[in-house]
Amino acid sequence: MEITEKIKTENVPKTNAMNQDPIKISVQNLSAYFGKIQVLKNVSIDIPEKKVIAIIGPSGCGKSTFLRSINRMHEVARGTITGKIIFDDEDVMKIDPVYLRRKIGMVFQKPNPFPTMSVFNNVVAGLKLNGFRNRKALKEIVEKTLKQAALWDEVKDMLNKSGANLSGGQQQRLCIARTIAINPEVILMDEPASALDPISTAKIEELIFELKKDYTIIIVTHNMQQAARVSDYTAFFYMGELIEFSDTKKMFTAPAKKQTEDYITGRFG
Amino acid sequence: MEIKSNVKNITFYRRKTTNIVMLSFSFLAALITLLPLIFIFYYTISKGIANLNVNFFTKLPTPVGESGGGMVNAIIGTLILIAIGGGIGIPVGIFTGTYLSEFGHNKFGFVVRFLTDVLSGIPSIVVGVVAYTLVVVPMKHFSAAAGGVALAILMIPTITRTTEEMIKLVPQSYREAGLALGIPKWKTTLLIVLKTAWKGIATGVLLGLSRAAGETAPLLFTALDNRFWSTNIFQPIASLTVYIYQYASAPYKDWNDQAWTAALVLILLISLLSLIFRIITRSKYKTTN
Amino acid sequence: MYSSSILSIKKFGWGFLTSSTWDPFSEVFGALPMIYGTLVSSLLGLIIAIPLGLGVAVFLSELAPSWLEKPLSFLTELLAGIPSVIYGLWGIFVLVPWLRDSVEPFLQNEFPNSPFFQGAPYGFGMLAAAIILSIMVLPIISSISRDVLKSVPNSQREAAYALGATKWEVTKIVLSYAKSGLLGAIILGLGRAIGETMAVTMVIGNRPQISTSLLAPGYTMASVLANEFTEATSDLYLNSLIELALVLFVITIIINIFARLLVWSTERKWKLSPM
Repeated sequence: MEITEKIKTENVPKTNAMNQDPIKISVQNLSAYFGKIQVLKNVSIDIPEKKVIAIIGPSGCGKSTFLRSINRMHEVARGTITGKIIFDDEDVMKIDPVYLRRKIGMVFQKPNPFPTMSVFNNVVAGLKLNGFRNRKALKEIVEKTLKQAALWDEVKDMLNKSGANLSGGQQQRLCIARTIAINPEVILMDEPASALDPISTAKIEELIFELKKDYTIIIVTHNMQQAARVSDYTAFFYMGELIEFSDTKKMFTAPAKKQTEDYITGRFG
Repeated sequence: MEIKSNVKNITFYRRKTTNIVMLSFSFLAALITLLPLIFIFYYTISKGIANLNVNFFTKLPTPVGESGGGMVNAIIGTLILIAIGGGIGIPVGIFTGTYLSEFGHNKFGFVVRFLTDVLSGIPSIVVGVVAYTLVVVPMKHFSAAAGGVALAILMIPTITRTTEEMIKLVPQSYREAGLALGIPKWKTTLLIVLKTAWKGIATGVLLGLSRAAGETAPLLFTALDNRFWSTNIFQPIASLTVYIYQYASAPYKDWNDQAWTAALVLILLISLLSLIFRIITRSKYKTTN
Repeated sequence: MYSSSILSIKKFGWGFLTSSTWDPFSEVFGALPMIYGTLVSSLLGLIIAIPLGLGVAVFLSELAPSWLEKPLSFLTELLAGIPSVIYGLWGIFVLVPWLRDSVEPFLQNEFPNSPFFQGAPYGFGMLAAAIILSIMVLPIISSISRDVLKSVPNSQREAAYALGATKWEVTKIVLSYAKSGLLGAIILGLGRAIGETMAVTMVIGNRPQISTSLLAPGYTMASVLANEFTEATSDLYLNSLIELALVLFVITIIINIFARLLVWSTERKWKLSPM
């Protein structure tokens, strides 16, 4: 991976705070639509590299849409955007989506392993798409990524069984393994633990903590404690607008905006 | 890191090409599928329209070589056959469908449902043989009634399935509202559920009727054919479809031409049927609301 | 039906199914040529219809924008609504002459030694029957397959897209998820093809023979019934025909039960474990 990042400071409305971190993704004046309905209004935000960024906000505030705009999954659901998303140095709308999604992986709310594939093939599904066929190398990658996803010990004896045989929490970690196996630079997580029990949730959170050494992670969550536990920075969205974006600690102790305070103290949402 | 460095390599472009090729094939398949539809409509209309005149609807068929003549007996025959088929098939189908959705959540219901599905897959010619053994053999001669029975058997699965599906769509709260008023279950079903689902059921009935109108095979040895005017349901009767078959297979040019006209009339008849049903269901819908 | 075919069952036993002589004059009835004709014409029809039908289903469920999907689905279903006798009519006067004058001579020129294209190009024959059948089963295969594909959860597609799959690769994953349902759709199409009577009777040539040539006339169980039932003069003849109907009945029942089970099972299968 490139270590030097060109920091974009020119004509980017800086939200605040993280000038010291290299910037991985720069979102500029992003608005997103479904047909005529606008779900995101003029959002600008700079995502620093190798940090965990939590996106919080009440349901329907556009946080999932924001996430899905970054890897152009928004257009799979026939949505459209205006504004710019700069990934490294390139406008994502100019990058081939197939290539882009290799660099920006995604984990969904509900675990969605491919039930027609074995655990092994689920992990390497992305690699196989790219014509990567070396069985021995694949084996190594499977072991490595499953260990990274803290799943290896639980599934090492059932690599040839269907991915649907695992429990919900295991399935989600399998999906994470599948995502990191293609070696992305950014991982988007859309409420990855909301469908899981507390123990599985704890495991996923530990995993996020481990993963941020290597990846930039953007995680949408409903759960404010979770945001406070896992993230370095937090963005608060409300009604399609970015209300506040700052250091997580600062956000939860001394929010700058009234709406943020109301939300995190549970007065609405 | 090896993956990242060669991500835009030959594999990448091969994948892109495969993508385009396969998706184009899929689009092409859709186009090819529409071709026969266009062909068939084109030929039926262009070849059928030549002989489409008043005579066709008012006169009886003429012997070979004699020009003119029509198929009034076959048109009436087809209508009579549909009427008999519908007279038996519609009530049985609706009743079975209602039973299945409202009371059929048991083993018996499951078996009936499965049998209806299987029945819908039986070839129509086999249904003809069944109607032959059931009706023609005991009555000792071919008749419109036997043809009607065959058509009824063919209609039942379609009507049953649609009725069941449509009734299932009626919100549970409607039923509860009826039951809460102290109306017995069978009455609730009849007065509220069936009335609400009426429009959908009519579509199923229409589908069943138009399929029956286009059937030929089961009529060949039940209703047989009749070159004369007949409305007696215990006598053989003519039908458009059987005429199309006979006239198309015959070596006479003017018969062949009439077969195309008969095909056109059959398509028009089926369209008319669906138009009438649309109008009926629309007005029904308005009065119930 | 069994009781009505008792005469021929007694007389011919299992030989009814394996003998290839069908001669009403000497009252010898063997159904093999018809069974062969039925199976070959149906399978050939399927070979043409499967790729097209699946292609259409993929187009409708994965590619077509919604404004195009509805009218296109309607048109394919319209194809299913055309009476089979009209297909036959079209077959006799449009398809058969075309095959006889252009396609069959072309095939014979291109493959002079192939056993599949021997004999005089009548137009009427196995090839014509197969083409007509493929047109008739296409709407069944495509509409059921479309429903099966639409029932595949969207999360599967998203998962594949997020891994950087192309649209076709996403479709492949969707197809493999739905494969038993698709198989069911194909088998239902087979059931329809086997039982189809009028259109086939009108174009297949109606000769009880077994020939490897696709250009040669053949016969199917359903068309024997359509042609000869009212002409069956003796009890044995009639009984044999009814037995033939019985065989056809049993074959289609088995096919349909199998297909229904497959279609039903798709939705239940692969349910991801509860959260």
